[in-house]
Amino acid sequence: MTRRYSALSLLREGLNGQRGWEPAWRDPAPKTRYDAIVIGGGGHGLATAYYLAKNHGLTNVALIERGWIGGGNTGRNTTIIRSNYFFPESAAFYEFSVQLYEKLSDELNYNIMFSQRGMWTLAHDRHGLEMARRSANAMLLNGIDAEFHDGPSVYAHIPGLNPDPRFPILGGVNQPRGGSARHDAVAWGYARAASALGVDIIQNCEVQDFLIEGGQVRGVETSHGTMRSDRVGMAVAGHSSVLAAKAGLRLPVSSYALQAFVSEPVKPCLDTVILSPATGTYLSQSDKGELVLGAGLDLYLSYAQRGNLPWMERAAAGVLELFPQFSRMRFLRQWAGIVDVVHDSTPIIGPTAVGGLYINCGWGTGGFKAIPAGGWCLAHVMATGRSHPLADAFGIERFTTGALIDEASASGIAH
Amino acid sequence: MLLIDCPFCGPRAEIEFRCGGESHIQRPGPHTEVSDAEWADYLYNRENPKGEHRERWFHAAGCRRWFNAARDTVTHRFRVTYKMGEACPEAGESAVSEAAPGAVAGGVI
Amino acid sequence: MSGWRLKAAGRVDRGARISFTWAGRTLHGHPGDTLASALMANGVSIVGRSFKYHRPRGLLAAGLEEPNAIVQLETGAVAVPNVKATQIELYEGLVANPVNAKPSAEFDLLAANSMFKRFIPAAFYYKTFMWPNWHWFEPAIRKAAGLGNAPEGVDPDSYDHRFAHTDIMVVGSGAAGLAAAIVAAKGGEKVLLVEADAELGGGLLAEPSEIEGLTAIAWRDRMLAALSGMPNVTVMNRTMAFGFYDHQLVGLCERMTDHLPPHQRSGPRQRLWKVRAKRAILATGAFERPMAFARNDLPGVMLASAAQTYALRYGVAPGRRIVVATNNDSAYQAAFALHDAGVGIAAIVDSRARGGDAIAGAAARGIRTIMDSAPVKAKGRRRVGGVVVAAVADGKASESIACDIVLMSNGWNPAVHLHSQSGGSLAFNSSLEAFLPSKSVQAAVNVGAAAGIFDLDAAIASGRAAGQDDAVAAPLPASVGPTLHFADGDARAGTAWVDFQNDVTAGDVQIAARENFRSVEHLKRYTTLGMASDQGKTSNVTGIHMLSNLLGKAPQAIGTTKFRPPFDPVTIGGFAGRAVGENLMPIAQSAAHASALAAGAKMENYGSWLRPACFPRAGEDEHVAVAREVLAVRGQVGLFDASPLGKIEVKGPDAAEFLQRVYVNGVRNLKVGRCRYGLMLSEHGIIYDDGVFAKIAEDHYLVGTTSGHAAAIADTLQEWLQCEWTDLKVLVENVTTGWAVMNVAGPKARAVLEAIGTEIDLSRDAFPHMAYREGLVGGVPARIQRVSFSGELSYEISVPWNYGRALWDAMIQAGAPHDIVPFGVEALMALRIEKGFLHVGSDTDGTTMPQDVGFGGAVAKKPDDFIGRRSTMTPEGRRVDRRQLVGLETLDTGGAFECGAHILASETKGIGATQGWVTSSVQSPTLGRPLAMALIERGTARIGETVQVWDLGKGRPARIVDPRFYDPAGEKLDG
Repeated sequence: MTRRYSALSLLREGLNGQRGWEPAWRDPAPKTRYDAIVIGGGGHGLATAYYLAKNHGLTNVALIERGWIGGGNTGRNTTIIRSNYFFPESAAFYEFSVQLYEKLSDELNYNIMFSQRGMWTLAHDRHGLEMARRSANAMLLNGIDAEFHDGPSVYAHIPGLNPDPRFPILGGVNQPRGGSARHDAVAWGYARAASALGVDIIQNCEVQDFLIEGGQVRGVETSHGTMRSDRVGMAVAGHSSVLAAKAGLRLPVSSYALQAFVSEPVKPCLDTVILSPATGTYLSQSDKGELVLGAGLDLYLSYAQRGNLPWMERAAAGVLELFPQFSRMRFLRQWAGIVDVVHDSTPIIGPTAVGGLYINCGWGTGGFKAIPAGGWCLAHVMATGRSHPLADAFGIERFTTGALIDEASASGIAH
Repeated sequence: MLLIDCPFCGPRAEIEFRCGGESHIQRPGPHTEVSDAEWADYLYNRENPKGEHRERWFHAAGCRRWFNAARDTVTHRFRVTYKMGEACPEAGESAVSEAAPGAVAGGVI
Repeated sequence: MSGWRLKAAGRVDRGARISFTWAGRTLHGHPGDTLASALMANGVSIVGRSFKYHRPRGLLAAGLEEPNAIVQLETGAVAVPNVKATQIELYEGLVANPVNAKPSAEFDLLAANSMFKRFIPAAFYYKTFMWPNWHWFEPAIRKAAGLGNAPEGVDPDSYDHRFAHTDIMVVGSGAAGLAAAIVAAKGGEKVLLVEADAELGGGLLAEPSEIEGLTAIAWRDRMLAALSGMPNVTVMNRTMAFGFYDHQLVGLCERMTDHLPPHQRSGPRQRLWKVRAKRAILATGAFERPMAFARNDLPGVMLASAAQTYALRYGVAPGRRIVVATNNDSAYQAAFALHDAGVGIAAIVDSRARGGDAIAGAAARGIRTIMDSAPVKAKGRRRVGGVVVAAVADGKASESIACDIVLMSNGWNPAVHLHSQSGGSLAFNSSLEAFLPSKSVQAAVNVGAAAGIFDLDAAIASGRAAGQDDAVAAPLPASVGPTLHFADGDARAGTAWVDFQNDVTAGDVQIAARENFRSVEHLKRYTTLGMASDQGKTSNVTGIHMLSNLLGKAPQAIGTTKFRPPFDPVTIGGFAGRAVGENLMPIAQSAAHASALAAGAKMENYGSWLRPACFPRAGEDEHVAVAREVLAVRGQVGLFDASPLGKIEVKGPDAAEFLQRVYVNGVRNLKVGRCRYGLMLSEHGIIYDDGVFAKIAEDHYLVGTTSGHAAAIADTLQEWLQCEWTDLKVLVENVTTGWAVMNVAGPKARAVLEAIGTEIDLSRDAFPHMAYREGLVGGVPARIQRVSFSGELSYEISVPWNYGRALWDAMIQAGAPHDIVPFGVEALMALRIEKGFLHVGSDTDGTTMPQDVGFGGAVAKKPDDFIGRRSTMTPEGRRVDRRQLVGLETLDTGGAFECGAHILASETKGIGATQGWVTSSVQSPTLGRPLAMALIERGTARIGETVQVWDLGKGRPARIVDPRFYDPAGEKLDG
């Protein structure tokens, strides 16, 4: 077992020249047979592997990652965690995720720095205000913390907000338990804990094909050789279609580049997370002091994880609409991640047409907040063959039955 | 910012366009004879390739015409743009964008 | 205090003096100085504090790679946080302060962090602060983090955007860049040469050697003179190429006024350029690598090339007794420049066994050279007092040399940022120990130091070759000496800095490797190496070297982290440009906007339109005003500016067939001169829009849409015509802003219209409800539809947009005898709720299908397919428990329900499962009681049932009713 982290261990290693730290996760040689294989070493895949071991006692598990763990959207998002969803199915799922996040540092013995500084969604016109109220009521009825604020109250709670905006701020909804966390730490914490429970984390290993016999998955062919297992889970957001195609599956997924930006670090000037629907601005300040911004999607297919100028301009304009005093601050870095977009902005978790092959995808722009619950539910269906009750409504069959859970258009909140 | 070769106007900046997604999708019908599965496949399932994608674009702030393009989703290079209703020219075939005067090749030389 | 102004050297204007304020002290410099050079000339050695340990730091570099001298420039609304002192051109009255230091950079309370350094190594925070809760520790950590302070107040400056196209863009005006620009321009190409620095010349500004028989500066001047004579050349200084994007787009940031004293500044502060260059020549130079030895962050340890620049360009020396540590020839030039300016060089410590050609220069000057050696430790408390040198072979200390400055050069890293951003690949060159540009994927080529070509003549040759589109020769192999690495676990590694700003040491790199953070991205993210505001320009490759050494893995296999834009931080206001304040998005004004304002309208945003919410009279609040307006429409007559209503002309032989496929409703049997209400769906079966369409002629329809959707629907119709139903002969044109629409409504509406004068027969039989007519109204050609969203006799009169205001004024005048009142959007909403009329977007959402709002029958009757029809037939569409639009009445005295309240079962105590929500609500002026509409599960079948309306914790009883609250038989429609 890897050494437990604590103030005491830091003290001991400080006196010991830091020589006693052990690898956070092992680098084992892959075995030829596993009880379960998880493809994708992002947050969802790592959490799945961890919960397979922790909740279901499956420890002969391989986690296969094409590059380095946490290198996809887990390490590229704007780190927001919230459960301010509208429909009961989404609310229950994301709230469970927030609750897991609240205990995650302790559970993993890894400080993921979940900082619950609130998540505000602003309303800029009468209709927006009505939708904000509808949303706040939905949250409260789903047992989720929510505060509905009028305009003056928003200004009282968020110092520095533009007193004379183009889009007036008439009110908003706050989820006080929303906030942000250190995204890399979530991946590393799950990796370390999963590895300690026996999961083999295999980096730089690419899945080249699936072994499928009579409609049942039997394993995967990888750049590191064949690994056999009758249970395979895919959690490769952004590349879900490409991987699924290797198993002969077509998905209702489009891959788009989602951009994000950080400014240079400054002393604390924004103490919460803000979403302004009028401009699509998603803004917070990290513990390091950087303003962290999310932008919208470039609405053409892309597998290029690089930024683009038009969104950078729009994001800048969006920030200055809320905080004109940030005008002379400077953007330090822009980047992009590739996200899976499905029509109803609700994930797909569950079985596929191939027996034993399960999928976790379709997170759109909001997968980070769902990592604990997404992993929990994928592990559940992989281990038991039955959908977890929280993910019952998230099956791929909903696109055929029409039972979509259209959060984006129902709640007026960007997803 | 992409430089997109509208077959009617020539190369213009991305901000003048809107992408309409995968092209050459057949709308099934009549509605009374289409199964739920066929309809769902038409509405939702997409090729979403990593590589060349045949997609349609709308020159919204220009000639307001729709056209097709074959574009690489990794390099973003446009191999060719062609008019609606035409088959996608294979590599090497002559195409609208190659004939348009002043056309600049896509991003990758 | 050891820096000083040299007697003669440098390009600063010694004849003029500039006063500036640093940390509250008034100091002086000269035109041509940067803040950094002026601070050095004034003997300021501690220029800031590091991010984590708050260690005192001096200048490391002279350019934009500077990690230590981060300052807060100016104060208040014009403050700029985190500027590098090396990038600030000195101007009269400049005020700057160090960041992250309290009370001062000289004495910083948080320097105590440094004492605990060994207990808070890289990534320590992942391992602690978990008990009892992160929230206990976070506030203190947030306060300690960050560098400068955000400005206070609205930025008084403006920022422009510009576009440009060029044949060739040359980035960088050093020797290679100038050579490239000249050759390209002589070939007749349109050339744009950009330089981030204020002065053109790049490295030539501190170059001691001669070029083609001229001094470097004279050669530069000759090149610039040639360029200035060519009309096809544009040269821009103070212009940084910050990003190389898809399809040959390069982003530039041009600084217009930052170098001027504030009172001399006018016009935009910066310009953001978006340039399409058919070909880019990247002459971006290279960054020198520091050496990682113990306590190498002491003020007084700096890059050799920086000292050369300070001496030759700015005429300042960092100290008086200098040790130069190097693994290559370039640092000898720095030593010679300082020596020749009268600065003492104690020794040159060279890690190579034999030096290059420069050795002879050292011998000629009598400078001692110590070969096969490298520094292992700097001595001194708050600044350098000496350096301990060791043999490279065994790392054992051989000698301690007293000095006040240590210059270091561990080789050079080409500035491959733009090349990498453009998609180009990199290859590790083991002779240079650096990553060089490899393949380009866009039309871009690297020249000079950016290509690893450091020899001046070869660099110029590379520029000339690129200028005429010839291949650039590969760099010559260089002799870079070995680097002394601390062994894994060597305690000294913990004080050998790699990333100075973020306080990452060689020891931290070792911790990362030990803990399996061995991917270069993991190293970066775990230790924060390269994540500071310099983005690792002086640290990334050093970190990769160390990781390579620890893992026994070639640097090429380790690779680099991604080079992301911007190359150097760019002002947020610059990206926003003019899209701030009211220019953020256009505000559309209605046709009678000015008259409405004159009539006292309270304007509000409705989508992109600014429209009157109501027309309050003196002493009226909105509620009272709306009630008065509603009663006026019901009682006599009101006037509403409906100009934003969407209007789309659909014309052609197949127009009817096309609209038959677009609308839920039947279109074919509509007669000319008649109107019909229609619903449009998305292909997913969801209600997208509604409106009235009129048949103007057999082949001509006018499609009305909601104000917000006009443009989108016109686009959607185009898409269906051009992409799917290409056989239909139909033209579609959005004419929304071509026609102003005045809606006169109320029992006296006909009388008002008659009073204005029209050739159209307005009689009830000649012009019935849901009819369309054309003719002159008040002498203006008009289209009139008898449609009603209020339930009263109502005419929508469309006239060419510019006649709209005149028509409004005429109607107000003609209506005066009938007590006409203008009414706003809120009164219209109240009127339609009283009628139970659907408002798409309020009473529908992303789940609402036609069968949910009473159109199930209309769908069933229509045999043909239409957009979205198949989607309404899924199992979900056929569910019996769908939410349906119904009316709600209050059963208490609590007033109108809140829009957005939810519906619960009446017996629910506390919270429970939602059954729907209130979508529209009003205190009805006409009926004198609250009315509401709601989407409720199985609502239609539950009329008469009592439910609970739940809002923010409070439940109220309500009854589900038919929503046609007022005049359900429609008897008022004829006036």
